[in-house]
Amino acid sequence: MVPTMIGITLLVFLVMQLAPGDPAALASAGDMSSGSAPASAGQSDTQSAYDKFRERFHLDDPLHVQYFAWLGNLATLDFGVEFHDPSQSVSEELLRRLRITVPLALLSSLLSYLIAIPLGVFSAVRRGSLADKLSTAFVFLLYSLPTFWVGLMLILAFGATGFDWFPVIGLQGKDAADFSAWGKFVDIAWHCVLPIATMTYGGVAYLSRQMRAGMLETLRQDYVRTATAKGLSKRAVIYKHALRNSLIPVITIFASLLPILVGGSVLIESIFNIPGMGLYAFEGLLVRDYPVVMATVTFSAVMTLLGFLLSDVLYALVDPRIKHD
Amino acid sequence: MSATSSASARATARLHRGETLLEVRDLKTWFPVRKGLFSRVVAQVKAVDGVSFDVRSGETLGLVGESGCGKTTVGRSLLRLIEPTAGEVRFAGKDVLAQSPRELRTLRKEMQIIFQDPYASLNPRMSVADIVGEGLKVHKLVSGRRELEARVRELLERVRLDPAYLNRYPHEFSGGQRQRIGIARALSLSPRFIVCDEAVSALDVSIQAQVINLLGELGDELGLSYLFVAHDLSVVRHISDRVAVMYLGRIVELADTDTLFEKPAHPYTQALLSAAPRVDPTERRERIVLKGDVPSPLNPPSGCAFHTRCPLVFDRCKVEDPVEREVSAGQSVRCHLDL
Repeated sequence: MVPTMIGITLLVFLVMQLAPGDPAALASAGDMSSGSAPASAGQSDTQSAYDKFRERFHLDDPLHVQYFAWLGNLATLDFGVEFHDPSQSVSEELLRRLRITVPLALLSSLLSYLIAIPLGVFSAVRRGSLADKLSTAFVFLLYSLPTFWVGLMLILAFGATGFDWFPVIGLQGKDAADFSAWGKFVDIAWHCVLPIATMTYGGVAYLSRQMRAGMLETLRQDYVRTATAKGLSKRAVIYKHALRNSLIPVITIFASLLPILVGGSVLIESIFNIPGMGLYAFEGLLVRDYPVVMATVTFSAVMTLLGFLLSDVLYALVDPRIKHD
Repeated sequence: MSATSSASARATARLHRGETLLEVRDLKTWFPVRKGLFSRVVAQVKAVDGVSFDVRSGETLGLVGESGCGKTTVGRSLLRLIEPTAGEVRFAGKDVLAQSPRELRTLRKEMQIIFQDPYASLNPRMSVADIVGEGLKVHKLVSGRRELEARVRELLERVRLDPAYLNRYPHEFSGGQRQRIGIARALSLSPRFIVCDEAVSALDVSIQAQVINLLGELGDELGLSYLFVAHDLSVVRHISDRVAVMYLGRIVELADTDTLFEKPAHPYTQALLSAAPRVDPTERRERIVLKGDVPSPLNPPSGCAFHTRCPLVFDRCKVEDPVEREVSAGQSVRCHLDL
């Protein structure tokens, strides 16, 4: 895992450096536009600001020196400071943002499972019925809709431009500071409805298809017939024997679902303007804030790798045939 | 009518260990073929098309035939693991097909099944104790964990498995051991009748013998009746009291084991027996080779279903379906030939 991790960071680092756009130029250009010095003086000012910026963040150093310095800091979980606000530690800000992104992702995956498992089982048990066909068609429709489009459509339909049922910007209302604790909770919950719906529908579609396929596969097995032959009720056969066995793949998907949700938060948080990790990465990218981008990407990579590990562990837990000696 | 009368004739003509336990009359299991958006039924696969036989208590009835002739479907239809389309199944006087789901579950205690594939038929996520003990728990045949465990141990010993394996999982066993777990599971509810659905086909020959002998001993000890579904004629000959031969969803011949193997009457039975390998390679025999393939049960031939491949076919076979008739004591055949 560690070599993979180092490989990922190296790749991201190089891509970042190769990408067009220079953080120093962007930062010093920002200074120029705000300043009102004469053009010639401005030119040299800009040049010196540019040089100062590069020197300050060691952008003058050779790439490998920069990379190893970054890697050394990573060993102490230090992601450096933001380019555009050097007083702000990236690690601290990232942690603050994760407190928004991770609960949203967890809530969304919990909801996906709660909806997808019964839906998949229902479809599989009633295979070929009208209800199964309708739900299959509906799920395929959901599956093929892109997230950003659904997010925008939800905003149009339920935001101020449509029914005006839900707030569509941020996680808190304007006067959240005056609310009671319960009022704050309701306010946040209300703000979460549309983003979570946007994050969840794809998972529901994917998981319910997996669940249906797994369940159909299991229902065909001889041991399900054995269970019926034992004289178990249909419920017991479906829920005890078939469901448990078909849950294995669906549970292990969780491990890969979570990093996707955290990573995918870039789109959703940008659309709904939620100050989470996704938005942080997006803002960092726009201004080529290397430490921010490196931190968010590294974190996503760690999540993905941990996801793989978790999925292996889950496999061993739910399936007695897999044992680690 | 004719089926019933010939069956009763058989019953009186023969010596038996017991009375009729299972009566099957004109059993039909058809599978609809659906097509199109609205799942219209466009055809019926007649997997079992009018099968009648009896199984007496303590008796083993062999059921043989080529792959796809419907023998497995017969076994499963009897237990309503597949719902039959029509016909009558009486078990110990009870109309099996009329039982409500609740009654049926109670009845399952008495009618059990052992499946062909010992790898697929045991739930991979349950320990041996759970697999064998679940039925006992569900039907409340034991009270308390201690009694349950004692009963499971007893069952494992009965099938010659070490009770110390109680908490192991199916994948830790060999095929033969797994099949014995399957037998222990079937025995757990103290059934009177067990369908052995190709119960030894998936096993090595040496293991087959062990399992068959085990089944035979258990049958004698516990007074079990078996419906022994198989395609291996030597196995069937070894274990069965009587044998039924199936072709394309029907029983074409039913006779005592010795009669069937010594004096097969139906042309299909004769062909089937001539195809079986003999112990003595020097023995000269006439090999009857059937032409063509088994016709599709989707569209069975008119008249006698076997007429397309029968070496002795004549005009009447193509138009008229032969009825079952008794050609000698305890031997009934569905054929127009003057046997």
